[in-house]
Amino acid sequence: MEYKLTFKEYSEALKKNKVLGLKCQECGWINVPPKMACYKCASPNLDVVEMSGKGKIQTFTTAFVTSEGREDEVPYIIVLVELDEGPWIMGNLTDVDPNEATMELIDKRVKIGHKVFPGDKYSAGEGARPLFSLET
Amino acid sequence: MRKVAVVGVGETRFSGAQEKTEVELFAEAAMDALNESSLKPKDIQALFLGNVLGDFAEGQGMVQAFAAENIGALNIPASRYEGACASASMAIRDAFMWVASGFYDIVLAGGVERAATMGTPLATRTFAMFSDARYEYPSGITFPAVFAMLAHLYSKKYGIPLKKLKEQMAAVSVQSYKYGMFNPKAHLRKEVTMDKVLNSFMVSSPLQLHDCCPFSDGASVIVLVSEEKAKKLTNKPVYITGVGQSSSGPLSNQQEYLPRLRAREISAKQAYDMAGLTPKDIDICELHDCFSIASLIAAESLGFFEFGKAGEAWERGEAGLGGKVAINLSGGLKAKGHPIGATGAGQVYEIVKQFRGEVEPERQAEGAKIGMTDTLGGDAGTLCNLILQRGW
Repeated sequence: MEYKLTFKEYSEALKKNKVLGLKCQECGWINVPPKMACYKCASPNLDVVEMSGKGKIQTFTTAFVTSEGREDEVPYIIVLVELDEGPWIMGNLTDVDPNEATMELIDKRVKIGHKVFPGDKYSAGEGARPLFSLET
Repeated sequence: MRKVAVVGVGETRFSGAQEKTEVELFAEAAMDALNESSLKPKDIQALFLGNVLGDFAEGQGMVQAFAAENIGALNIPASRYEGACASASMAIRDAFMWVASGFYDIVLAGGVERAATMGTPLATRTFAMFSDARYEYPSGITFPAVFAMLAHLYSKKYGIPLKKLKEQMAAVSVQSYKYGMFNPKAHLRKEVTMDKVLNSFMVSSPLQLHDCCPFSDGASVIVLVSEEKAKKLTNKPVYITGVGQSSSGPLSNQQEYLPRLRAREISAKQAYDMAGLTPKDIDICELHDCFSIASLIAAESLGFFEFGKAGEAWERGEAGLGGKVAINLSGGLKAKGHPIGATGAGQVYEIVKQFRGEVEPERQAEGAKIGMTDTLGGDAGTLCNLILQRGW
């Protein structure tokens, strides 16, 4: 059974600031990132849909220590965002000083952008990541 | 199903970077466990070994085969278990099932790791491999960052101001260091005060250095046998009476449960139901305190304290000796250390030693009869629980 929305396709769409998901024909849940079967009801009957790219910060952290090869990136903010369509996704937050990030960020509205992680020797190539910014 | 007993345990000291190989570490712990059991390597029918990052730490894959041969358990089936930090508990659970089923009578289970040998940059990179590599690692997720985000969620969800929560988290670390100080197997043996915790450097906000467990080297091994064999080998068998295991997808897809970890609640329920016990029956528990906030989340999901109240319990001493349940008398991952492939077996080692009254008086739980372990791999990708009962 062919995979309906691969990482490659998801990542290429994200490079155009589009978040793609899979809407479940059975329960209506939108799966992001894509799966073979819905992670709510396990149905494999899914259709590709595009999200609005807007949502609300649920939680965050500023990373000061990071992995080998990414030392130049710290400090940076990681966020979990609830998209308006329901699913949560992980990304980074720009335009906020990582040293000044506080719990005030929680529930702030954000919109999607992207940045490409070029990959390292373990990652099987590059991957786009959501780079959110505060909605003004 | 047959009853299954732990009849011997062995463990190296958990430590920082050191020079023994994984096979050497494992062999030392394994021989100690066998000697305790009055068994010989040739008696072992199968090996179940947790090892996560040997490939990265010393370029050694398939370590279980070399470990079996090295200790003289020649040509036995040897299997490697990888469930991130829960690997050894997975290995023990599977070993339990093979013996319970009647297929084997005597097996060895445990794990080994050289996480400290890798050094912090590579260890941080490889530990991040337990998050979703394609959809979450590009954002620079690290293991501390996962629990840092859960800490902020916890603060919000339960309405505990972050400053207050951080004090509660610090109380967890202070208690773990206090017990670890007396544990000769512990990696970090020092007194750490609340002030020191709260003034240590920031790793991933709001988690500071002393909120985080260390990367450790070490091995831990146990011998599992059928009840019939146990009766011939020891008058102090420790029975495994409940086991549970569950899995989850990427952190973001666990959304509605967070900061609770659904896999733990499923796994713990399996273990409780199988043992016919409830949380109030547990005397001692070794739980997965990879980060201070992780202890609060774990203790609540295991049913020891109400949701949002575990921090207060630690502050009041209810999670220590003389409390409602004595948690991490070994020093936990925080002070005893976290050689990830061995950690779950180390938890069982501690429970067995506690039952036998063989630990230092400063951290000995008197008369403990029922113990529980809790081991978490990744961001709850793998969760294992074991319930152990004193057989005498």
